[in-house]
Amino acid sequence: MDQSEILLKVDHLKMHFPIYGGIFKHQIGKVYAVDDVSFSIEAGRTLGLVGESGCGKTTLGRSIIRLYEPTGGKVFFKGKNILEMSRKKLLKLRPDIQMIFQDPFESLNARHTIGDILAEPFIIHKHVSFLERSQKVKKLLSQVGLPKDALNRFPHEFSGGQRQRIGIARAIALKPKIIICDEPVSALDVSIQSQIINLLLELQQNMQLTCLFIAHDLAVVKHVSDHIAVMYLGKIVEYARAEALYQNPRHPYTQALINAIPVPDPCQARKKKILAGDVPSPANPPTGCSFHTRCERATAICKTKEPSLKIIDPDKDNLHQAACHYL
Amino acid sequence: MKLTDKIILRVEDLTVAFDTEAGKVRAIENVGFELEKGTFLGIVGESGCGKSVTALTIMRLLPQPAGVIEKGHILLDRTDLLELSVEKMQKVRGNQIAMIFQEPMTALNPVHKIGRQLSEVFQIHYPELNQNQVKKKSVALLQKVGIPEPEMRLADYPHQISGGMRQRVMIAMALAGQPEILIADEPTTALDVTIQAQILELLKTIQQETAMSVILITHDLAVIAETCDKVVVMYAGKIVETAPVIELFQNPKHPYTQGLLNSIPRLTTKPKTRLKIIEGMVPSLLNMPAGCCFHNRCPLAKPICQTTLPMPAHFSKNHMVKCHLYSGD
Repeated sequence: MDQSEILLKVDHLKMHFPIYGGIFKHQIGKVYAVDDVSFSIEAGRTLGLVGESGCGKTTLGRSIIRLYEPTGGKVFFKGKNILEMSRKKLLKLRPDIQMIFQDPFESLNARHTIGDILAEPFIIHKHVSFLERSQKVKKLLSQVGLPKDALNRFPHEFSGGQRQRIGIARAIALKPKIIICDEPVSALDVSIQSQIINLLLELQQNMQLTCLFIAHDLAVVKHVSDHIAVMYLGKIVEYARAEALYQNPRHPYTQALINAIPVPDPCQARKKKILAGDVPSPANPPTGCSFHTRCERATAICKTKEPSLKIIDPDKDNLHQAACHYL
Repeated sequence: MKLTDKIILRVEDLTVAFDTEAGKVRAIENVGFELEKGTFLGIVGESGCGKSVTALTIMRLLPQPAGVIEKGHILLDRTDLLELSVEKMQKVRGNQIAMIFQEPMTALNPVHKIGRQLSEVFQIHYPELNQNQVKKKSVALLQKVGIPEPEMRLADYPHQISGGMRQRVMIAMALAGQPEILIADEPTTALDVTIQAQILELLKTIQQETAMSVILITHDLAVIAETCDKVVVMYAGKIVETAPVIELFQNPKHPYTQGLLNSIPRLTTKPKTRLKIIEGMVPSLLNMPAGCCFHNRCPLAKPICQTTLPMPAHFSKNHMVKCHLYSGD
């Protein structure tokens, strides 16, 4: 892989949240929300990040742009470590890395008009004249398929799908290099979901955006991604090309995850292998392989030794990695 | 109006309106369907299409005084549920029809232990049981819904167990009165896929064991495909299509059903291609278009669709569509 192509590189990132308790409110434990995660995204590509709730995918996305201050590891954007930057330098970088949030109801300021919301990125980051600004805002609206009269209206006047369009317009306002999409469609209805996915794909093509696409819906992630990383309890357990991950999942968790997705076809009678039990708490993760409590194949070694992420078939596919003792 | 042996519940011509500040809003209009004994009936639609209101009306749990049942009948055995007194309806709830809700955290009482919440159901439905018997029955029920160490769980508060377990407790509470009908309103929407698979499997097993009839309300067509026998598709407060599940997925007739099925990204869809979409969005209930409620988003709309409500067209005994394409106009 050519190093120069890599736009974002996450290196052994850790985000451990402290738990305070006891009489003196001292630290009594840690939540291992993101635990030693590494990956990289090439320019113009999309990496999909899937996992169940509480697996740390949102925390990972937020740690990358320092909405949380990670407790360990490095994040390189164009070769520079974001985590070591001063606030001033980081602010200069913000236009290049933008985020789209899950809940379009909470991520827009209810007291600002759409015009204000979309003008704000220009006010903060670019010194453009008032006239130029309003032109740019109008162009943004048409880019995301919103009517012109939206400018003077407030977020509550819009439906969920339209609000997500506003969130997308805000994210692309400064022509970012990379967008972190945190569950951008999971709050939307089916018929609206496909509209937003189409919009994202279209924008990505037109603007040559790089994307980190975080979602729990594997079908959606597979549709938009080049590569997919599967997370479980703060760690990446499998990483592969989107097609390979779906055709040939190797990690028992990925297999179970794909198997559990309901298929919209009543004739496809499948023997379901249903995963027993719940996801353990990230505050008290199991020793060894974090999946061993729910894995059928687990043996003694899984309980004691943590498997590392490694390439399974170096001859066939030099990208496909999984963390399991039995591969 | 009698029900045949096969049909356990029939909803006829049900219209429910809400009084809001902006005026009267019809949440559901002329909704009618039949539930066959021992089957899974799915009601599918997007948010605001009236599927939950339909369920709440059957249970007579509509918010009062805002919700007004303008017309219609809900027949269970030989009685019209809408004509029952409050006391008699109370007997029906839990004993004959039970309901589970989407968000088990808000449906359970956070300040009472699970044991106490479960025993409350027994106290109401089986007042003759003593404390010991109630506890035994509670443990047996929790075991039946697949909760490990049921004795220990009785002493837990709802926040101490996971979302999947909470939904299992809800199902246990619903089963306590041995109902003939279970209404499940988005029972797996708040859950992860692997937990969703567990809960759906549990519902299927229980349904087969007890020969219960289930109404499953969901927005997820894939969940419908995996569990239901018959499907009702709702849009903007109206039923647009009813069909057996295989027929609906293989041969959808209504443009809305077709659009919905086409717009879901599947694992087999070619990646990064444009998904087929339904243009526009669901009309506001306050400002419903005249004629067919789907005409402003329908790719096949004709002039008649803007003025006249489509009449039901039947394709086979169980496949009904309300669309002008098929009504011969």
